[in-house]
Amino acid sequence: MPNEERRHTICVLVDNEPGVLARVIGLFSGRGYNIESLTVSEVDRARSLSRINIVTSGNRYVIDQIKALLDKLVPVHSVQDLTVEGPHVERELALVKVLGDRERLVQALRIADFMHARLVDSSPGSLIFELTGTPEELDAFIDLVQPVEVSRAGVVAIGRGGIILEPGEPEPGEPEA
Amino acid sequence: MTAPRETLSQPADVVTATGAQVVLRALVDQGVDVIFGYPGGAVLPIYDELFKQDRIFHVLVRHEQAAVHAAEGYARSTGKVGVVLVTSGPGATNTVTGLTDALMDSVPIVCLTGQVPTHMIGNDAFQEADTVGITRPCTKHNYLVSRPEDLARVIHEAFSVARSGRPGPVVVDLPKNILMGSAPYVGPEAARRRSVAVRRRPDRERIRQAVELLARAERPIFYVGGGVINSGDRACELLRELVRRSGAPITLTLMGLGAYPADDPQYLGMVGMHGTYEANMAMHDCDLMIAIGARFDDRVTGRLDRFSPHSRKVHIDIDPSSINKNVPVDVAIVGDAGEALAAMLEAWSALGEEPRRSRMDAWWEQIRRWRAVDSLRFRPSRDVIKPQHAIRRLWELTRGMDPIVTTDVGQHQMWAAQYFHLFAPRRWLTSGGLGTMGYGFPAAIGAQIAHPDRLVINISGDASWVMNMQEMSTAMQYRLPVKIFLVNNEYMGMVRQWQDFFHGSRRAESYMAALPDFVKLAEAFGAKGLRATHPDELDDVIREMLATPGLVLADIVVDKVENVYPMIPGGAAHNEIKLCPEDDGPHEPVSEEGMVLV
Repeated sequence: MPNEERRHTICVLVDNEPGVLARVIGLFSGRGYNIESLTVSEVDRARSLSRINIVTSGNRYVIDQIKALLDKLVPVHSVQDLTVEGPHVERELALVKVLGDRERLVQALRIADFMHARLVDSSPGSLIFELTGTPEELDAFIDLVQPVEVSRAGVVAIGRGGIILEPGEPEPGEPEA
Repeated sequence: MTAPRETLSQPADVVTATGAQVVLRALVDQGVDVIFGYPGGAVLPIYDELFKQDRIFHVLVRHEQAAVHAAEGYARSTGKVGVVLVTSGPGATNTVTGLTDALMDSVPIVCLTGQVPTHMIGNDAFQEADTVGITRPCTKHNYLVSRPEDLARVIHEAFSVARSGRPGPVVVDLPKNILMGSAPYVGPEAARRRSVAVRRRPDRERIRQAVELLARAERPIFYVGGGVINSGDRACELLRELVRRSGAPITLTLMGLGAYPADDPQYLGMVGMHGTYEANMAMHDCDLMIAIGARFDDRVTGRLDRFSPHSRKVHIDIDPSSINKNVPVDVAIVGDAGEALAAMLEAWSALGEEPRRSRMDAWWEQIRRWRAVDSLRFRPSRDVIKPQHAIRRLWELTRGMDPIVTTDVGQHQMWAAQYFHLFAPRRWLTSGGLGTMGYGFPAAIGAQIAHPDRLVINISGDASWVMNMQEMSTAMQYRLPVKIFLVNNEYMGMVRQWQDFFHGSRRAESYMAALPDFVKLAEAFGAKGLRATHPDELDDVIREMLATPGLVLADIVVDKVENVYPMIPGGAAHNEIKLCPEDDGPHEPVSEEGMVLV
């Protein structure tokens, strides 16, 4: 259904230059679109390219509009909607701090063990776990251990098999007026 | 004249110069002959270089907002990129309205702003503003040049971004140390950036689909906007050819006026909130809508969920983000309007046999009945000048002079759109998307600079015009013979009309108290001032305005409380259009959702 709200994971390859993140964020805030999660990092130093992963939600028209507007930004090379384009892997990393007495910490260690979270710091009365997984797995772990503090990295995503985000073939520019 | 100035030309092998020299050389290589600007501390190095050369003519405006509108007038009347030069801080912030205007109305502008030296950025230095931050949402793209080696490439790229695809404004922020230090020069060919490239050629299969729909439609309509004018004169010629060969009716948006001749029998007049009855009814009842270079703006569509409910829709636009934004369409064609029209004509010729026109007979009969309503009629008067009559007479008395008309925003703008008929593109300069009061006079200055020998008329209103009246000095300085036709009703007329219609006639702050004596005002600047207060004086004043050389302001004192009709109230559909009532009694209440609309 075209009007059904859906969560989309969109990946954008951009020139790594000042202001590019502000352009992307400004596009969402200026037009009232959602950002559920956003990550950005340089992925190709030689060509100075960064990758932005955005999780957003909206109906088909809103999502198409977001993609068209992203594609219009000058530093944007390519836009990929993994939710539409096919099978992909999504991962997120969280650091989760639990405070409490011995009994509570032991219980947290037990949950961490069966959910494959890694203990990365142990201080008197506190533990910090690192967990990598889908956003849903992170949610489940956080629900169970009832942490005092959470730091999440946001979703990174990549297409499976032949679904590849590339800068795209150079096209001829506009004929000069 | 002062001592001869040295020109900018340098030996071809010189590749480094000062940043300011690089800026001017890049402008020359981009074909710039005029810039509109205002000096200040941060751009003094550029002004110093301007002083030493004679390839680029600088027009000194009196306010930076006017510089952008003047550049818009220049750009829209010529099809070239308009160039603006302002200083840092307030110089840059004053351009924001003009830049937003150019963004909404797709006008190619390159705006060079001065900036404090790079080492002082972020220190709250004197006349520092975060120009790229402030102008990010009101430009197509913007740049802060922080390395000398980027300077020339960035300026060339700015021009290519401004004019490619859907045109728009681009800001280049230039720190003073970059302008004063040395910088290498590269030519325009260095500015090719892949991500600027735009699809111009339309998809052939979709063109074929569109033409087949057109060949079969019984109630088709062309809905055409400013994109066709931006595409070029050729696109307008092709539009005429396709409309004539197809036999379908056509309506134009406010921005599209002039793209199709107003006296053509297939033309239904303007569409939208104050468009003609026949255009809006035809948009509502059509079975096929072919939108070209138009963006389904809310002033055009009225109530969205009842917009043209029975039609299939084809949308041709160079900007993919304009398609399916407000109205979902059946056939989306991304590409240049001219290319698409050429492809449609080719596909039309390739149809097996010429489609029978008789299939549209009932449609044209219906349109004839709608036309008979005569929705632009107004009650004439022998005692007061009706604003509609004033504009109609101005049009009649300038026929054959092929004038360029600029307007401000409000009632006079709508009356000009309704009664000043246009026959060719690039003669109509108005602020459509942003609705910027104060646009018209500086735009007329820009158009007159570009066309020194043409008749340029600024049709304005009293409230709009005073917003940029300081530009009288600019027009006088450059001896620009702009004719200002001031439709003076002593009100912000459109605000007053909405207050009367929707807010119980409580005319809060819409009366323009303490207006100047416009005749004396014109004379104070050294221009000619004229006034008409009675219908019998109107023609003589128009004739005198046209016959007087130089800058003229004609103060046309009109009916104070005339309203613009037809009108589609906020939240209403096209077929709920209101016609001029026999008397302007109380209006029906507008729905709650309608009241929140602007």
